[in-house]
Amino acid sequence: MSVGAPKIPVRVAQVVQVNDLIKRFRFVRRDGGVMPSFSGGAHVVVEMDIQGVRRLNPYSLMSDPADRTGYEISVRRDDAGRGGSLHLHNAVVVGDDMMISPPVNLFALDLRARKHLMIAGGIGITPYLAQMAQLSSQRGTFELHYAARNAGLCAYGSDLVARYGRAARLYFDDLGQSMDLPRLLANQPLGTHLYVCGPKPMIAWVLGAARAAGWPDGAVHSEEFLAPPPGKVFNVTLAASGKTVSVGTHQSLLEAIEAAGVDAPYLCRGGACGECETRVLACDGRLMHNDHWLTDAQKAAGVSMMPCVSRFEGASLVLDR
Amino acid sequence: MTTIPCPDAILSRPRYGVLGLRPGSGHLMVADGDGASALIDVLVDKSALATTHIIYVPGANGVDLAVQLQEMGPAQFVRCPSFAAALPRLQKVLACAHMGVQIYAAGSEGLMGQVQREAVAAGLPHTAVQMEHRGSLARRVQCVHCKGITENVVHDPFQCGHCGLNLFVRDHYSRRIAAFQGVNIDAEDPGLVPASKVRFA
Repeated sequence: MSVGAPKIPVRVAQVVQVNDLIKRFRFVRRDGGVMPSFSGGAHVVVEMDIQGVRRLNPYSLMSDPADRTGYEISVRRDDAGRGGSLHLHNAVVVGDDMMISPPVNLFALDLRARKHLMIAGGIGITPYLAQMAQLSSQRGTFELHYAARNAGLCAYGSDLVARYGRAARLYFDDLGQSMDLPRLLANQPLGTHLYVCGPKPMIAWVLGAARAAGWPDGAVHSEEFLAPPPGKVFNVTLAASGKTVSVGTHQSLLEAIEAAGVDAPYLCRGGACGECETRVLACDGRLMHNDHWLTDAQKAAGVSMMPCVSRFEGASLVLDR
Repeated sequence: MTTIPCPDAILSRPRYGVLGLRPGSGHLMVADGDGASALIDVLVDKSALATTHIIYVPGANGVDLAVQLQEMGPAQFVRCPSFAAALPRLQKVLACAHMGVQIYAAGSEGLMGQVQREAVAAGLPHTAVQMEHRGSLARRVQCVHCKGITENVVHDPFQCGHCGLNLFVRDHYSRRIAAFQGVNIDAEDPGLVPASKVRFA
């Protein structure tokens, strides 16, 4: 059960191969109506049925928030992933009917900022596309620094430079270009907010540099969706619904709970939002916390867990669900 | 550090900590009265002195530690007779500052609140200002009726200097105006005012 408004029945209106790894999908409502409004940084959860297995993956909305006629997402193909992106790349075509969640924003712009400094790595560009469109219509000040492996994999890079000029800077690994992050962070006017979206090492690098440069935590924002990691098969007892469920190697705990017909709350399904937090009633074994939500102290206490990305190894686990 | 018991029920009531030197490109420190001693405690670590700028206002209760503070050897030091006199300088420094500057405020709640308000006006998150309460408990209070602000309120209830109503000083606080709320105490029974006591010495 996603919290809030009901799911949106959509049709795939357009599929574009952006580069070797990325495809863009445009969704419009099946009933011809307008989409709910969203703000830059929001994502939707896309529902997929992959040979009988239900997958729900979060993707940032990249289209202009002012365009209510449809939503666009860009999906990077992950050949080693759990199959969601491969399914979208290989099986989804124009005209297909799909279900998506209403938009949720866990990576919103702080509009009190005097300036927005955006750092993107690879497919992490997607939320910024919507944010930059939003800011340019509101005359907000922003600067994008976007790193990619090479020009060919720098999705939308040349479009951004054409549209935003010097407010969009590109860096290509194959040319040995890299951001001078300490200098960049030292030269921002007071009131600048920093955003980072990209691969895990990049997020850690930027957050570490910001802290070292004395940026306050409240002015630094990051977003990383985790895919549920695979692991050993385990059993979980759901106390409230009186069921015992087996969680497969490539299945998340949340997916196993849902497959058993238990309607558990969720929003992002990527360990970021906190919505699916579930009380642990008994645990004989080791909780493997993989989320960004619980603090280290909460993880160590083992009183609750996030079933969207976290797992368990051991003799028995009882959850309040 | 001055610690004051505050009921958890009033979420807006600010809570203060202890100043600590944080890494940064510069250190802007603003204090009044006994707040100087909190800055002196921080500046015992001399590593940041070359990039430290201190703005100091003697306390409304007469405490003036300007000499001791200046002797710590900050790169810039200015003593202003009042916060109002210090404000243009504070605003100018914030307007020219870059991200990475650390902001510290110490002393009375009125001073700390106003430093925080200026930092927020300059675009910083309110949590970016470190604050340590020292010395006077005097409050900056806004009359909710006439909106007039009275500085350094030590009595409760007190008479609003702007509209003359008898005001009860509440723990409800506004970060936007950096003041506690003063509410008329004898609205229903005019003239029935409890004896005024020194509550914020």
